[in-house]
Amino acid sequence: MPIPKVFIARRIFQEALDMISAEADVELWSDELPPPYETLLQKVANVDGLLCLLTDKIDAQLMDAAPNLRSISQIAVGFENIDVEEATRRGIPVGYTPGVLTGTTADMAFALLMAAARRLVEGAEAVRAGKWKTWHPLHYLGPDVFGGTLGILGMGRIGLEMAKRAQGFDMPILYYDVYRRPKDVEKQYNMTYAPIDTVLRQSDFVSVHVNLTPETYHLISHHELHLMKSNAVLINAARGPVIDPAALYLALKEGQIGFAALDVTEPEPITMDDPLLTLDNCIIVPHIASASVPTRLRMSTMAAENLLAGLNGQPMPNCVNPEVYEK
Amino acid sequence: MPKPKALVTRAIPQEALELVAARAEMDVWPHDEPPDPVTLRRMAARADGILTNIMDRIDANLFNAAPNLKVVSQMAVGLDNIDVAEATRRRIPVGYTPGVVSNATADQAFALLLAAARRLTEAERWVRKGGWKIAFHPLFWLGAEVHQATIGIIGMGSIGLEMAKRARGFDMRILYYSRTRKPEAEALYDMEFTDMPTLLAESDFVSLHVPLTPETHHLISANELAQMKPTAILVNAARGPVVDPTTLYQALRDKTIAAAALDVTSPEPIDPNDPLLTLENLVVAPHLGSSTVRTRTRMAVLAAQNLVAGLEGRPLPRCANPQVYP
Repeated sequence: MPIPKVFIARRIFQEALDMISAEADVELWSDELPPPYETLLQKVANVDGLLCLLTDKIDAQLMDAAPNLRSISQIAVGFENIDVEEATRRGIPVGYTPGVLTGTTADMAFALLMAAARRLVEGAEAVRAGKWKTWHPLHYLGPDVFGGTLGILGMGRIGLEMAKRAQGFDMPILYYDVYRRPKDVEKQYNMTYAPIDTVLRQSDFVSVHVNLTPETYHLISHHELHLMKSNAVLINAARGPVIDPAALYLALKEGQIGFAALDVTEPEPITMDDPLLTLDNCIIVPHIASASVPTRLRMSTMAAENLLAGLNGQPMPNCVNPEVYEK
Repeated sequence: MPKPKALVTRAIPQEALELVAARAEMDVWPHDEPPDPVTLRRMAARADGILTNIMDRIDANLFNAAPNLKVVSQMAVGLDNIDVAEATRRRIPVGYTPGVVSNATADQAFALLLAAARRLTEAERWVRKGGWKIAFHPLFWLGAEVHQATIGIIGMGSIGLEMAKRARGFDMRILYYSRTRKPEAEALYDMEFTDMPTLLAESDFVSLHVPLTPETHHLISANELAQMKPTAILVNAARGPVVDPTTLYQALRDKTIAAAALDVTSPEPIDPNDPLLTLENLVVAPHLGSSTVRTRTRMAVLAAQNLVAGLEGRPLPRCANPQVYP
């Protein structure tokens, strides 16, 4: 049997590259920017496997351009860049990396929550700019994290990890999800299930942990922001388009809410003329919620395992569309 | 009887000002920056009581200039700006505000820990400068894991205990070193008591929660930093001089530790030309440990209550030198 050909759309951890190179003929896209779509079409022409990221569009046209493709491995937990139905129709398994980034992402969401509440970025930048002249009893005051009510929209794995972290801060939790968690879990984490409007109205902190779907697109817009407390903090470490950025800008500018802390934006990267960047009450980090050394290493090796399983005709350890194996 | 005279050295929450104004003729320093020592002495000359904060130097010179002074009420839990021994010698009670700051300060220390671990302020600055040009790259901005990491808490007073409680929610292994062992808290938060060398060598995060005393001055210096892991992060939300800034600079520059996050510096405010500020692996906040609306209000109200009690010759509700009372 010939050695399979693989295209890897970005530099990943060496450990993972070594795993793949041991079994396949690898072409690695080593630029920091993603390959342009046209280039990607050429690169996949003869490949059996593809390791890709959220920034790579994997659609029917691409699959047409890659007649040998039999393994798609995404290094992410989300896969909205991939036409999974189309892949399923063609019998191509799609791998992803769930689970591993749960704790790391919740850590970042909590870091954003605390930095926003305590005006940490503003304070740290003032120090760096030589503007720290004195201590003053009325400067840089923010809301208490301790004892504040945390609203969690989306009680999946990451939402639950947020609830767990909030326990150490004695925060009552309100949450909304399509699915309600069992009573014992609610009790364990001091969580109350409530309609989304109630969560928005009563929370001091609202943290979004939903997947991006047509239903969650601009889930937070004018109406929702209007319901929130005027000193509330909104945290998004999920996906940028879950929040309507124009509505968020207005709400922050007019004081409908107190603060926003974003790990994700719409679009990504944020454009430098985006008005959100002009606000003091909005902090933005560059989609780094899963960016810890151990997590990214695990994501890389998991993606390699999925890719190789697909190439070898074995079930992927973590497959988005396991129905391909039922045929 | 004329109302006593009270000097309040900075604007404080309204609720507290009203408490003082109801019982005293009140003079409030209106500027953001503190009065210089000469001005402070002049203003205190006729004062029966003074409500201070950490920026005001309260020493023998000040006491000499204020012969009527019956009470010093500090709006802080730390008293390193006040010569308490001298106040005691003169039988002047010194009030302070313990207890009310523990939660806010532990929150701030944990916020700093998270920010340093995940390079939050550095990444935010990068976005603002237009550095974010690639939506996502698997090897960019990698930071340290917080959950399930080991935290070493030095000083297990009320703030140290709150840190331990917060660390539990992140499933951290907790080591601590303190003068006094806390067996009940050990069981409650699943903590291990260790000696300093063990704590320094095994912790991913070292967080300082000791008061500033002659024993804790430069508690963390070259020798201690050298025992820490190269991946470790140092958090100081206690008092600046607990860490030797020169050796901290060297350790951060040479990457013998990974990062540090400071809410306090030595001196304070930090000199804008301090080499520490040239480092990317350092976050410095401008002493915001207690900076929440609720906490500052509680501190100010407690300070006002101490002040008024002192003016009226009653024992202070929270007194740092109760030996002044017979």
